[in-house]
Amino acid sequence: MTQAQDGLLATPLTDRHTALGARMVEFAGWSMPVQYAGILEEHRAVRTRAGLFDLSHMGELFVEGADAAKALGYALVSEPAALKVGRAHYSMICFPDGGVLDDLIVYRLSEERFMVVANASNAAAVSDALAERIKDFNVVLDDRSLATALVAIQGPLSLQVMAPLTDLAIADLRYYAIGDGHVAGVPALVARTGYTGEDGFEVFVEVASAGRVWDALMDAGRSAGVVPVGLGARDTLRLEAGMPLYGNELGADTTPYEAGLGRVVKLGKEGDFVGRAALEKAEADGPRKKLVGLAVRGRGIARHGYELFAGDRRTGVVTSGTLSPTLGEPIAMAYAAPSDAEPGTILEVKIRDQRVPAQVVVLPFYRRAT
Amino acid sequence: MAQDLRYTKEHEWVRVVGDLATVGITDYAAGQLGDIVFVELPEVGRSLAQFDAVGVIESVKAVSDLFAPISGEVVEANADLAGSPELVNGDPFGKGWMLRIRIADSGQLDALLDQAAYEDLTREG
Repeated sequence: MTQAQDGLLATPLTDRHTALGARMVEFAGWSMPVQYAGILEEHRAVRTRAGLFDLSHMGELFVEGADAAKALGYALVSEPAALKVGRAHYSMICFPDGGVLDDLIVYRLSEERFMVVANASNAAAVSDALAERIKDFNVVLDDRSLATALVAIQGPLSLQVMAPLTDLAIADLRYYAIGDGHVAGVPALVARTGYTGEDGFEVFVEVASAGRVWDALMDAGRSAGVVPVGLGARDTLRLEAGMPLYGNELGADTTPYEAGLGRVVKLGKEGDFVGRAALEKAEADGPRKKLVGLAVRGRGIARHGYELFAGDRRTGVVTSGTLSPTLGEPIAMAYAAPSDAEPGTILEVKIRDQRVPAQVVVLPFYRRAT
Repeated sequence: MAQDLRYTKEHEWVRVVGDLATVGITDYAAGQLGDIVFVELPEVGRSLAQFDAVGVIESVKAVSDLFAPISGEVVEANADLAGSPELVNGDPFGKGWMLRIRIADSGQLDALLDQAAYEDLTREG
């Protein structure tokens, strides 16, 4: 992938973003579009029509070999061996102490070949950790992060826009499934996954093909009102959908159990895995803090890092917050002491010099009608 | 941008008529903030000191202070912004105005930028 002028990595779609009037920002060492028409407008487009995302900054790590499932089972907390070919699951890679190194999607492409998709901010660390953890297994790790572009279409019209452009029967592709075929005439992996709470597809292609796929989707979607969407709306979309973001809800100081994602950890799987002992203890001891949803009942947005109080007692901290474009109300996710994490509990967020009431609510804030 | 305005380095604009200064943020600032969803303004009657942080502007993405471009007493705050904060994005020099201040010392206007100087500032980023 090319180097932008300011030393940042540039995706193969950078010129298109600029031509579309995007505001580009630094994100995880990449120059990325944060918004085009505006976060609210882009957010609503994804909820009601569809939006196109350039996610080429994300990491794509291919693990291949006779021991691929076993090696990933040791490196990650999930059980990739249980995945059928053509299916995917949400996973995490943890430190030996149980803290989260990154959250991942693991796709099984064949019996002996997996694709692990990592956050851009952690792609190098995940690549290094995987390489170290699988070195004694009969597998090869191929870090194709810089050679792979990722274009996502998300929103209720995704299927209708995308179907004519591909030879895959994507109407039959299940949620968290992946197929190998063509999009806009170029070889592509197409997955029914996303980070918005809407139906949609993620299209993995070689960097050189990204422009063709992007242009085809833009052209096909134009009359249906499909718009390009930046990282700003990606964040508000995932937050409404109650999905964690590494660096906010997830980090080295947090276990999957604390994040409410204990179901991802397969303690029952065979053999040891990195973090097993710590995670068994964490599960037995119960969480020290719990991730909660907050409906903020006052003016102002509870943002990352703001303190959360139960009466005079500091109970935790806000991890993400925004004005929900769909609900028209301020929402947030936060960590609170387990005793303060029951839905219905009224807590207070310190927004600048004021304490603003916030009610613990069940996540997600938004669930699409199915 | 209009010729009769003065600006701060923090991207507020000021329009002076008699001893009243109308204050808002520039289109550049509104564009940088993105969709504005809350505006918190000082109450009428409050006395402001030049360049103090006196209010808060929240967009979906960021929170930013509003600075007083000039010392004086708040005589009016734009009440429409409570229900329609998007006016700041849509019409930053018009319906998106924020405060009217009774100017305490018009000499302070000399500390503000003129049109050309402000344009230089935004060009530098």
